[in-house]
Amino acid sequence: MAKRIVVDPITRIEGHLRIEAEVRDGKIVDAYSSGTMVRGFEIILKGRDPRDAWAFAERACGVCTTVHALASVRTVEDALQITVPPNAELIRNLMFCAQYMQDHVVHFYHLHALDWVDVVSALKADPKKTSDIAQSISSWPKSSPKYFADVQKRLTAFVNSGQLGIFANGYWGHAAYKLPAEVNLLGTAHYLEALEWQKEVVKVHTIFGGKNPHPNYLVGGAACAINPDDANAINAERLAYVGTLLDDAREFIEKVYIPDLLAVASFYKDWGAVGGGLSNYLAYGDLPTNGYGDPSKFKFPRGAILNRDLSKVLEVDGKNAEQIEEYINHSWYEYSDGDTKGKHPWVGETKLKYSGPKPPYDFLNVEQKYSWLKTPRWKGNAMEVGPLARLLVAYASGNAEVKELVNGTLKKLDVPVAALFSTLGRTAARGLETVLVSNWSKEFYSQLLANIKNGDTRVFNGAKWDPETWPKEAKGVGLTEAPRGALAHWIVIKDKKIDNYQLVVPSTWNASPRDGKGQMSAYEAALIGTPVKNPDQPLELLRTIHSFDPCIACAVHLYDERGDYVHHINTY
Amino acid sequence: MGDKPLSIWEQAQLQGYSRREFLRFAGWLAAMAGIEVSGLGQVVKAMDTKSRLPVVWFHFQECTCCSESFIRSSHPIVSDIVLDKISLDYTETLQAAAGHQAEEALHNTMKKYKGEYLMLVEGSVPMENDGVYCCIGGRTALDIVKEAAEGAKAIVAWGSCASNGCIQASKPNPTGATPIHKIISGKPIINVPGCPPIAEVMAGTIVHLLAFDRIPQLDGLGRPKAFYSRRVHDTCYRRPNYDAGLFVDSFDDENAKRGYCLYKMGCRGPVTYNSCGVIRWNNGVSYPIQSGHGCIGCSEANFWDNGPFYQHLASFPGFGIETTADTVGVALGVGTAVGIAAHAVSTNIRKRKLINEGIAGSEQPTEKKGGA
Repeated sequence: MAKRIVVDPITRIEGHLRIEAEVRDGKIVDAYSSGTMVRGFEIILKGRDPRDAWAFAERACGVCTTVHALASVRTVEDALQITVPPNAELIRNLMFCAQYMQDHVVHFYHLHALDWVDVVSALKADPKKTSDIAQSISSWPKSSPKYFADVQKRLTAFVNSGQLGIFANGYWGHAAYKLPAEVNLLGTAHYLEALEWQKEVVKVHTIFGGKNPHPNYLVGGAACAINPDDANAINAERLAYVGTLLDDAREFIEKVYIPDLLAVASFYKDWGAVGGGLSNYLAYGDLPTNGYGDPSKFKFPRGAILNRDLSKVLEVDGKNAEQIEEYINHSWYEYSDGDTKGKHPWVGETKLKYSGPKPPYDFLNVEQKYSWLKTPRWKGNAMEVGPLARLLVAYASGNAEVKELVNGTLKKLDVPVAALFSTLGRTAARGLETVLVSNWSKEFYSQLLANIKNGDTRVFNGAKWDPETWPKEAKGVGLTEAPRGALAHWIVIKDKKIDNYQLVVPSTWNASPRDGKGQMSAYEAALIGTPVKNPDQPLELLRTIHSFDPCIACAVHLYDERGDYVHHINTY
Repeated sequence: MGDKPLSIWEQAQLQGYSRREFLRFAGWLAAMAGIEVSGLGQVVKAMDTKSRLPVVWFHFQECTCCSESFIRSSHPIVSDIVLDKISLDYTETLQAAAGHQAEEALHNTMKKYKGEYLMLVEGSVPMENDGVYCCIGGRTALDIVKEAAEGAKAIVAWGSCASNGCIQASKPNPTGATPIHKIISGKPIINVPGCPPIAEVMAGTIVHLLAFDRIPQLDGLGRPKAFYSRRVHDTCYRRPNYDAGLFVDSFDDENAKRGYCLYKMGCRGPVTYNSCGVIRWNNGVSYPIQSGHGCIGCSEANFWDNGPFYQHLASFPGFGIETTADTVGVALGVGTAVGIAAHAVSTNIRKRKLINEGIAGSEQPTEKKGGA
């Protein structure tokens, strides 16, 4: 018998996402992904000063904070043909790296781990054995039997208090949990350690951008002046602080995150054959080493892969109207010339037009429009974006560092290359690129010091700061890689004001509804084949969805193949 | 699960904390919440006898920056708050359960602790088009917020979204985004604005409620006075530069490299009430002005529409540092009538004279006079 399950809200994500899925014989056979919240940023940005756009755009997301600000300043700089000084590029790179390290660790421990780690089972663990395991996989100092016994004691007291808080109603004891109690205790201890750790590395943003979340950016460079001989600027103390933060972050990533990731993955190798979904991957690339204008020297290369053919990396051009288009066949918007044609973002339109069921509702009408997300396509293809896409594009581009890391990890886990195209592969790719990014951050840091040593302290190019220097009309695109994948903004400037501003974000690529040809986007495609043993406890569905690290809030309900409601979830 | 929830002191004992350590924590709480030493006994007593406060945290039209800021808290650290101080029974960002099970957890708390739970709201509520712009579990945010507020003991509106609508409420507010205090009446509402608010301000607000079992003193806009009674300008370490007429004229210029005042770069410090200059960000590391960018005024209502951000305030009146938000009012912004010169003259003429005399003859290549 087939059941339609609805999960709403999908938790441990950013935003409001709802999944409706049909389950037959313990597996998902059809799925619909819907974004159920909209704010109208693109409408609000019209008529504003382009130099202010980064602050507006940054508020698109507070989890992957900074990334929209970066895309935005690049967009305006592209339109006005501004080149930023090398130090500004390095500072942006360092902020980018800090964001990846914090965001990926938080995703693994706080948004994803509870899909794999059974916290309640940790109560039964032998702390001595946990200690043995911890010491066998890492030299991280917090690994004594006493340490794990204390964590267990704290957890026991918490559970005995009768108030389970964030762990209430979890899927504890579900058959899909496979870790021994001792590894569950290890994971729980590191959940708490990571929660304390994550607040440190973001201080890189605070030093260069004044605060986190939502540090400051600046069109033309960076606002934090460098002056080794003044107390009120980026000086040796501030730089030493950054260096220490980067070192500490790298230690946690190497000694906690990666060993845990590999330990957990070794118990879930079967998830290397689940949740593959689309076979097309897109990365805009990022981390310039020779300026943003030279993508050939990016640490993360730019390119697209079709049909998992790793022998070919196809060229991606954000300005080419034939390449990237957004469709609204199944989205609650309307286009001035009909809803069936795609639009390149430079001519993109954002007119909200809700046509879904009147709330409260049980189901969306998935045959018609069913989401606030538009549906982007690259040359008509549905593309997956994110850590896996970035790693595959780098791998296929022949990047030796990436190849070595990926091949080494596959060998360690004793799984084939095909295991990358999966729920597990996505989660592993995120960890691996965190290692790369933490290594690269030290290179950028050294270059910044070297520049200052050589007397170059410039962080800002003010030649086009005054709007009087701008052309009457200008168009730009800013490409970046958010932790969750390829991110771009497009701008049209007219008479010194924003005439059009469009954002195509990673979760739009991944979580969007079907296009006019019925092609699924990444979430929907990846859910096909994902097992769901107990439709009342959709743990496995969460694993696949969380492997993308969604940046929108979600939902899931349950109904049978005739569409009858079998499980009412509206219990507010 | 036991029937009677443990008190905070009992839980601290189970975690192996000594009475001395516990008292030190209670002392910190008191200091954090601005309590005098004589009030410490009250804090200790409250924590000896209270079970963890049930808390439900909603997300509507927001970007989750408030949740992210909250987990950056350094004192107390967030795992201590979540595991030991409150019972966070519903939070879409962190909770293990999803869908039905998440909503059941929420429902259980709302029923079991009716009239006792604390409701935290992150995000505004869209009112246009019958609220279809934000739905969770098939229900509108408006529907959900009204039901949950009914049984709440008090409500905290996190961040500018819930306090004043923030970005989605800026022109033309396409979804009718509305802050909580315009929707709910008859319940105590604490507004904690900022985009996001400072982590320790968020934690401090919770700590105040927890330790004293009462609402902190609020100003006329519903903000805790402890954190929103001073202008960023008046607590800014660059203020002496302002008083001396030393301004940055262009990003990265010689004056920027000396950390002069960012007023001419559009800094909104003079019209923004927040703790950035006092507590600073991320455990005191820096704040926007210290890192070379003007304040954009993110804790003030309508700050998105008071731009452009890099256009300096045409003028503002010369009120002194003892003036609070209530007496100044909220209408301040770009283009108020009284000039910067008036401010300088009325409050700083003597100081400036002294400073100018003091620096006379020394090298001040690009010094600009205030109001010049």
